Amino acid sequence: MAAADARAICPELITRRADLAQEAAALAGLRRWAGRYSPMVARDGPDGLIADISGVPHLFGGEAEMRAHLHARLERVGLTLSSAIAETRGAAQALARHSGGILPEGAAKEGIASLPVSSLRIGSDVAEGLARMGLNRIGDLVDLPRAPLARRFGPGLVLRLDQALGLQPEPVSPEADAPYFGVRMTMPEPIGLEADVMSGLARLLDRLCSTLAHHHRGARRLRLELHRVDRETAQVEIGLARPMRDPERIAALFKKGVSEVEAGFGIEAMRLVAHVTEDLPPEQVGGPRTIAREDALADLFSRLGNRLGFDRVLRLLPAASKIPERSFLVAPAAYSAAEPPPPQRGPDRPIIIFPPEPVITKGLGQPGHPPARFAWRRMSCTTLRADGPERIAPEWWFDDPAWRSGLRDYWRVETREGARLWLYHTPQAPAWPAQSWFAQGEFA
Amino acid sequence: MRFDPAPSELFALARHRVHEAEGPGRRSFAPLQAVRHTEALIWIIPGHAPHQPMLRGLPEGVGERLHLIRPANETDLLWATEEALRSEGVGLVIAEPEKPLSLIAGRRLQLAAEAGRTTGLMLIQEGQGSNAAETRWHCAPIASERRDSTLHQWTLNKNKKGTLGTWTVYWNGKTAAVHPVSAAGKRHEPAETSR
Repeated sequence: MAAADARAICPELITRRADLAQEAAALAGLRRWAGRYSPMVARDGPDGLIADISGVPHLFGGEAEMRAHLHARLERVGLTLSSAIAETRGAAQALARHSGGILPEGAAKEGIASLPVSSLRIGSDVAEGLARMGLNRIGDLVDLPRAPLARRFGPGLVLRLDQALGLQPEPVSPEADAPYFGVRMTMPEPIGLEADVMSGLARLLDRLCSTLAHHHRGARRLRLELHRVDRETAQVEIGLARPMRDPERIAALFKKGVSEVEAGFGIEAMRLVAHVTEDLPPEQVGGPRTIAREDALADLFSRLGNRLGFDRVLRLLPAASKIPERSFLVAPAAYSAAEPPPPQRGPDRPIIIFPPEPVITKGLGQPGHPPARFAWRRMSCTTLRADGPERIAPEWWFDDPAWRSGLRDYWRVETREGARLWLYHTPQAPAWPAQSWFAQGEFA
Repeated sequence: MRFDPAPSELFALARHRVHEAEGPGRRSFAPLQAVRHTEALIWIIPGHAPHQPMLRGLPEGVGERLHLIRPANETDLLWATEEALRSEGVGLVIAEPEKPLSLIAGRRLQLAAEAGRTTGLMLIQEGQGSNAAETRWHCAPIASERRDSTLHQWTLNKNKKGTLGTWTVYWNGKTAAVHPVSAAGKRHEPAETSR
């Protein structure tokens, strides 16, 4: 039913946008919780769970008690549910979506006979076709010969019918849980010494790193939670410059954070979680010297990044742009790989670049040529020689405020004082001739 | 006796020591030293400084090995310099401290460079160096009469293990080689001897 129709029927209707991702997450959480009733719990469509409870109900005192237990638990947290227990998956699914209840063993055929055919997990076109034939209930189908049914409505209908009646097997296959990279440790006595925390951390790291190695993963960020006796929790979080699962090198990075933790009356439990992990296939270690050097460099970036922030440890990457500021990217070294810049072509570029600095011109030069004398950073300079212009046009597909003044004519200006500067002026900018020259770089 | 090192060693910084460069041309002295090291390069610039090296302007082979560190304050800068010097796998560490380097800081950097077997180059502001530096260079670009020539005057002001000197060189900012020139009629002054 469209939302407009629903609102026409009931004008007071309150509507909310469906959040499918969050619903799926909630269902996944419920699926994990339902593991208390059976080891085999799987999702059943976007709105249901199916559990194989063979051999389980007697632990709860019977099927009816088990179902009551489930309802009581979920109603207490505010969920509305409907459930059914039957000997086949199809029958339980059909019953749960219509009235709910318990079908004793061998009663599946009679139990679902009164349900509409659409509860058999068949397409709406098949259900409509059956309705046109006057077959509205499952009971109408059960006794019909199978061959004409299959010929008319396809094998899907017969398969679903057989599955509901138990003539075809339909196992419950629970999906595997995503690996969880977290370990914890509870102390028999509260600890307070830094060395004790570090040795506990070493044990946790050994376990965590073997889990990581088993799944071919490497940790990228780790969090250590220290639970104190007085119910306070201290957290130490570190980042790594690249995925890693080497306990000793990770422990070295925790040292500074752990030394700053206030132990209070003692720490009674520790929990270590690698909450960001990346793929790390097994690789050769201790080989040629370059590998050791790369490891040392990655360790250095981890240390620097944990104190300064990973956005302050950078690398220059080439970019395809003629605009000087955008001709290279400055990217965090921990999240990028070095790329050799393309071969240099065209006019020279300065070694040092800075944001445009206005240059105060003194005396008028030739129009369009660099000024004969100018002041830059309070130094007065005299132009000895000027090479140019090199005209760079703004990239119209980016709206860069710095380039709204239009074209730039770049000149390499040698001054009598020695400095070799990269000056530009903007011929398209509205005239204020005293302020149309800027310095943007210094050559070698 | 004249101080006349072999051309291959010209302007080579002593390995595993920390050196200083000052003057307006210090940032073009750094890439020359960078291109002469084959390992990873680290350039530490204060986070609020407006300038940064431009990838296309650097000598070939330097850009992909260069890492920029932008610490937020002077303490972090010195700490990052020491950590980088102490780390293996780093060839040259270039740092731009903004405040005068104390003797303690300079000595700690020397010890770190010896421990990590790396070379350091501090780009200091004029007169803000530390006495612990191995050498101190004053670098200035100078105007040249010829077109397409990039003249530099590099003066060795302080040298713990050798003599001082002044050189005028052509260096175009692209290669590892520099061409020393003597201006006509002006030869290198002989090193001063005590009488």
